[in-house]
Amino acid sequence: MSAQTLYDKLWQSHVVHEEEDGTALLYIDRHLVHEVTSPQAFEGLRLAGRRVWRSDSVLAVPDHNVPTTGLPKEHSGAQPDEVAEKIYQRWFRSIEDPVSRLQVETLDKNCAEFGITEFRMGDPRQGIVHVIGPEQGATLPGMTVVCGDSHTSTHGAFAALAQGIGTSEVEHVLATQCLVQKKSKAMLVKVEGGLAQGVTAKDVALALIGQIGTAGGTGYAIEFAGSAIRSLSMEGRMTLCNMAIEAGARAGMVAVDDTTISYIKNRPYAPKAELWDKAVAYWRTLHSDAGAKFDSVVELDASAIKPCVTWGTSPEMVVAVDGAVPDPAAEADPVKRDAIVKALAYMGLQAKTPIVTIAVDKVFIGSCTNSRIEDLRAAAEVARGKSVAANVKLAMVVPGSGLVKAQAEKEGLDKIFRNAGFEWREPGCSMCLAMNADRLEPGERCASTSNRNFEGRQGQGGRTHLVSPAMAAAAAVAGHFVDVRDWLLTGE
Amino acid sequence: MEPFTRLDGLAAPMDRANVDTDAIIPKQFLKSIQRSGFGPNLFDEWRYLDHGEPGMDNSRRALNPDFVLNQPRYRGAQVLLARENFGCGSSREHAPWALLDYGFRAVIAPSFADIFYNNCFKNGILPIVLDAAAVDQLFRETAAHEGYRLTVDLDSQTVATPGGERFTFAVDAFRRYCLLNGLDDIGLTLRHVDKIKAYEEKRRKSEPWLFSALSVKR
Ligand code: SF4
Repeated sequence: MSAQTLYDKLWQSHVVHEEEDGTALLYIDRHLVHEVTSPQAFEGLRLAGRRVWRSDSVLAVPDHNVPTTGLPKEHSGAQPDEVAEKIYQRWFRSIEDPVSRLQVETLDKNCAEFGITEFRMGDPRQGIVHVIGPEQGATLPGMTVVCGDSHTSTHGAFAALAQGIGTSEVEHVLATQCLVQKKSKAMLVKVEGGLAQGVTAKDVALALIGQIGTAGGTGYAIEFAGSAIRSLSMEGRMTLCNMAIEAGARAGMVAVDDTTISYIKNRPYAPKAELWDKAVAYWRTLHSDAGAKFDSVVELDASAIKPCVTWGTSPEMVVAVDGAVPDPAAEADPVKRDAIVKALAYMGLQAKTPIVTIAVDKVFIGSCTNSRIEDLRAAAEVARGKSVAANVKLAMVVPGSGLVKAQAEKEGLDKIFRNAGFEWREPGCSMCLAMNADRLEPGERCASTSNRNFEGRQGQGGRTHLVSPAMAAAAAVAGHFVDVRDWLLTGE
Repeated sequence: MEPFTRLDGLAAPMDRANVDTDAIIPKQFLKSIQRSGFGPNLFDEWRYLDHGEPGMDNSRRALNPDFVLNQPRYRGAQVLLARENFGCGSSREHAPWALLDYGFRAVIAPSFADIFYNNCFKNGILPIVLDAAAVDQLFRETAAHEGYRLTVDLDSQTVATPGGERFTFAVDAFRRYCLLNGLDDIGLTLRHVDKIKAYEEKRRKSEPWLFSALSVKR
């Protein structure tokens, strides 16, 4: 057999049936479900009188609508079921928006009715769907993973074929355990060299999107490879794959190595004993063969990547922190020039403004891109012993899951943040998309570790600048963007 | 799903690149647990002067006179002209639901975001990719002629202008077949139940760890 890419292997091992035109029926191993994109899918099943094909492959969690405040005090992490139930009831009822509450309640009811495992609000394992899957070992190498959420690409960090799907497809997978799909093209993104201190996976992602554009990966599944990727932790790889969708690709992935395997070992849903050995032997084959052909190859020099800050309303509108807001007059393409003009107007920015002079009103550290323990450690490192600047109205840290929160508290990170004037919140999507009460007011400018800076994403009229956790923490302390490399070097 | 065969509809221009799904349907409207009713909030932030929330009486809200779809000449449009990377961003199917509920049955652009493109087919909307020059021409002609209509024919895979010019577009054979016949994907897939079961049995043996049931107990 000719040399295969990782994507070829994952694809081929899941094809159940193929039509003449290449449309395939792809078997799905893991289906993650949240409250926003699933109600209409379950309703569809009910109306058609259909069952869930394999309810034991589904893991559900509410995350988009859950409040990040108001968790009853008695919550201790590990309590008996009756106590957990009471806490759940009280916290659930505290969701002020009745429509949000209905969505969470609908998920609970659907999971109960169809026999699906759900981490409800108040369960210490509850959190953002893309954080809890890997954390629980529910995401494993070689799997096909889907979720009604575009950032499902995150799970590709485990050499899984992980893709976001729409609600009709959620219903389709629930009913048939399969997805109807045509194979994408394969893109190799090779990042060689070492990342400088203060430069993170988030910056690699933003630098890549800055280079190929938000449509650069459209029609492709991206494999990230090269020495810089191999030296990333699993959390860094997740951040990178998470942003693959922002580059237009439906899936991002990284080959299995020791880092992957040691991350998975002993996770609650990971295989144990002989199954573990058998699984590891198989997982070791999940990499692109030498000489495998890609449809497109993009190369990045890791040592040239600097901390990145987006200045506009699309993730591709990004520059290095030592750069400046672009000048539309310098853009020859009229469509692009127009986009720059519109973005600057929305963002309230002047052409050629140096990034480090832009002041922020709010700071958000969280989201499925950057809310894992290493992200919080990196932010805490910068915030330690400092204070949030007077002009910053709110700086908040929202851990990605209850377990991330517990771990951070064990390490005392919550105290570092609180002492510096950050708010320490309960896990959820929060101000990444502002479906709960956390949002920007019109005109407010935010340094955010999330993944989308679209108009209105974090609240109507809100202005989002995407950055890494350390950069966000530094902006909170300084009151404006700063080059975190300077801080780390001088140990300031 | 309603079949899509031939459409003769008024064209409306959405002249911006990278129109994202947050713009097509802002997140506050995603809280609904229904599939319909999103039309009045399509492009909500651009379309109205105030901030929209679910449950508002949209007929009483002040319209933004500068927003293109608010111009009387585009009322009742069924074909949306768009620019590069239309529908980028989230996987929310609420985006095609909103377009459909508003009355659009076809979107023509030089390129689409993957998930959005796919979601359109599941809802009886035809996303059509034409080259940038052709799209440019359609934008120009739409602007120049009030009441400009396009005829989209899925069977022959063409878009025809009032001037009689024809542009051919590509579409997957399987998707075309489903859309032409208004076929429900699930029903189609379930024709292969035996194959799915056989596949499952095979993998249960080769990769048994994939079939360990999840449970909520710790
Ligand atoms: S954190 Fe943001 S991007 Fe991630 S799943 Fe939640 S809303 Fe989506």
